[in-house]
Amino acid sequence: MKDLIAFPVLALVLILQTAVVGHITLLSGYGDIMLVTLAAWALQKNVATAWHWAILGGLLVGFVSGIPWGVPLIGYLLMVAIARLLQRRVWQAPILAMFAITLLGTLLVNLLSLMTLRLLGDPLPIADSFSLIILPSLFLNLLLAVPVYLLIRDLARWIYPMEEEA
Amino acid sequence: MKDFFSRSLQTTIIFLVVGGILALALGGYFSSASDWFGGSVVSVQSWVATRYQAIQSFLTAPQDVATLRNRNAELESELARLQTQVIELQQQVTETQILSALVDFSRANPENTYKAAAVIGRDPSPFLHYIIINRGSNDGIRRGMPVVTNQGLIGRVDAVISNGARVMLITDPASQVNVRLQNSKIEAMLSGSVTGNLSLDMVSQDVTIESGDVVLTSGLGGGYPPDLLVGQVLNVRKRDYELFQQASVQPVVDFTQLQIVLVITNFRPVDISPLLPTQAP
Repeated sequence: MKDLIAFPVLALVLILQTAVVGHITLLSGYGDIMLVTLAAWALQKNVATAWHWAILGGLLVGFVSGIPWGVPLIGYLLMVAIARLLQRRVWQAPILAMFAITLLGTLLVNLLSLMTLRLLGDPLPIADSFSLIILPSLFLNLLLAVPVYLLIRDLARWIYPMEEEA
Repeated sequence: MKDFFSRSLQTTIIFLVVGGILALALGGYFSSASDWFGGSVVSVQSWVATRYQAIQSFLTAPQDVATLRNRNAELESELARLQTQVIELQQQVTETQILSALVDFSRANPENTYKAAAVIGRDPSPFLHYIIINRGSNDGIRRGMPVVTNQGLIGRVDAVISNGARVMLITDPASQVNVRLQNSKIEAMLSGSVTGNLSLDMVSQDVTIESGDVVLTSGLGGGYPPDLLVGQVLNVRKRDYELFQQASVQPVVDFTQLQIVLVITNFRPVDISPLLPTQAP
């Protein structure tokens, strides 16, 4: 039953993304708080629902965004896969892992979006996309990484208190 | 019996002595002594009163501080409430100004019917220039309807749900709008870009474009109604070796400050794709 908290949390994250984070721009890029949230959730030790969160988050973003719905879904799932892999190796330094996942995840999702849109015929120059969108978005995501990680860690401890103590 | 008389005598003598002293005092015979006595009493009285007041203020002071603190908290709470009210009222004034401008615009363009909508979000992907509005199919919004503000064209509806819609802005890289220049009647294609800048393409090298030319929708292609204001030509890039010349366009709408927009609900886009020639296999 407690796993259902993903619905209100991710819905709230999506609202924050579209209503607030999307307005805080750096050049033409802005942060992806959904990506950072999913990365932070996937790095929590006792969380077994990271895949579910990634699917739900990807579907929510795909539903709202003009981008094909499979792009965020696949991007977030790949990011969670990397996060789970990395979590087993650098579990002693979760913040470091968070930065690494945010970096890799942002590059992955944005490159996937860029390639898909170009395949669909959007005239997106690769160099401009990198310098004006991907790199500024990466910077903003890295800024978001620590506060979001701390919030998600508290949320995970609140939801799974027994597992945390064990 | 003897005791009774001696006690009465003593009482009488005491009364007489006290009465005599009072009579002498009232007669002014004891003025120096009474002054000294009165002064002493006043001094003692003052000393006692001062100490009492000091002790009283010491004991009651904490209560005053607590009262003041409560009062301060009340006033701070009131101040915060009033500040919130001021911000809300300022926001209402801004919205009223915007709505007033939109009403003026709809009166000036009575050939169209409009549905006002608030901008409630932006697309989660930074590659796309889309906004989300709070009106959907329940309000008669349909895919392809043009969206404007009182200043000019901003885009068209891309997707609709019951209570919301997604609008593709003309600044989106995938957006293409058929436009014409107001004075020279030149037809061109307006394209968006990653940065949100607008540019005119497909303009023949033979024609002359000047900075400041007003750009309007042409209505060609059936995607937008004609004569909607889009912007002004900012500068022209003309190279002899290119087929077409290009120009950058300054939009009349500030796309970062969109709050309330108007959807033109009586316009139905024409799908001309069946008329386009297809390549033979």
